[in-house]
Amino acid sequence: MTTREERAIYDPVGETPTSYVREPVGAHPPLDYQPYKSTALRHPKQPLVYLPQAITEITGPQLGGLVGENDNDLLAQHDGEPIGERITVSGRVFDTEGKPLRDTLVEIWQANAAGRYRHTWDRWPAELDPNFTGAGRCVTDAVGRYHFTTVKPGPYPWGNHYNAWRPAHIHFSLLGRAFAQRLVTQMYFPGDPLFEFDPIFNSVRDPRARERMISRFSIHDSIPNWALAYEFDIYLRGPGQTPFEEAN
Amino acid sequence: MGPFFAIGLPWDRGPLVVPEDTPGAIRITGSVYDGAGAPVPDSLIETWQADPAGRFADLHGYGESSEIPGFRGFARFGAEDGDGRFEIVTVKPGAVPGLAGTMQAPHIDVSVFARGMLHRCVTRIYFADEPEANGRDPVLARVPSERRATLLAEPAPDGGYMFDIHLQGPDETVFFEL
Ligand SMILES: [Fe+3]
Repeated sequence: MTTREERAIYDPVGETPTSYVREPVGAHPPLDYQPYKSTALRHPKQPLVYLPQAITEITGPQLGGLVGENDNDLLAQHDGEPIGERITVSGRVFDTEGKPLRDTLVEIWQANAAGRYRHTWDRWPAELDPNFTGAGRCVTDAVGRYHFTTVKPGPYPWGNHYNAWRPAHIHFSLLGRAFAQRLVTQMYFPGDPLFEFDPIFNSVRDPRARERMISRFSIHDSIPNWALAYEFDIYLRGPGQTPFEEAN
Repeated sequence: MGPFFAIGLPWDRGPLVVPEDTPGAIRITGSVYDGAGAPVPDSLIETWQADPAGRFADLHGYGESSEIPGFRGFARFGAEDGDGRFEIVTVKPGAVPGLAGTMQAPHIDVSVFARGMLHRCVTRIYFADEPEANGRDPVLARVPSERRATLLAEPAPDGGYMFDIHLQGPDETVFFEL
């Protein structure tokens, strides 16, 4: 995990960026990616049109109000405790300049310990856990930190190719502070033997960007006799060019 | 066969940009289609917009804030086992400033997510009954004229609008690089 020099907490209103960096090539997966078969009919074939960033793109919604106090505890959503390896997943949300982002909505969803999602279309014959839904939400605090308690999701097979298995992962969704910062990504666990075989993991071609999707185990934050801790920092796009430069 | 957005992202009031009883509330409905013309049942869309006065509901209070009670500016629609259709309840946005002193026609920014899309696609809803404002819009001006119609929501009989999204094909929607 790369560590970056941390900047002072910024004044969210006074320092609202007038635009965000354009997506660097390789940081995001290509929409047309042959090894992942479902992309074939679901990627635009026409060239994307350049969208200058103006007020609609540099603003974003206030959704903190929909988060309940315990929505970040995926162990506490039912009468009993889910089966599996209890873990905490926490980290901080930064922009690419290292400024922490406060008040931003972080949402996760995941399979249970057996690799099964609570979804009508999931036909993988592993048990559903009556005590596990697999979805959580929270809002980052004043220093950009979020925290979840859950169980480690299992790997699961899928139909993309012969003997295809997804490495264990947690889906992450971040609103950021602006429409331009919206990000949906996946968090992986260190040392997973399935990485090299997974077209979704490998669709991110920049090796450093792939590395950033892997969480870090922390013995320091693990809770004795309770849960192992994984740390996962997330970087959203930072300020870009001035609108004047963009308009040219 | 994930990513099963429906487990984690939709919520009860997600499709409501404004409370349903807001004066002037309209529905925008449409479907998301893949390159074979089939509906994308696991698509998830999100929208972000100004209110009719051109005011937002920004997280940090940037810009002028909407005076409409409960105006969220944001909607999210996704179904666990849908038919590709989406529906949001909103108010028609007003014009907002663009860059370098221009004005933008009323528009809604849209993110489209689905299994098989490795990251979101961004498009915009404009309104077919705003030909003058659309004609001056600096973003539409960047779109090849023969493709502009893919960004225009058509008025519906109920006073709302219809806006289909085609990920590919002869009617492929214009998507933006942001
Ligand atoms: Fe998954």
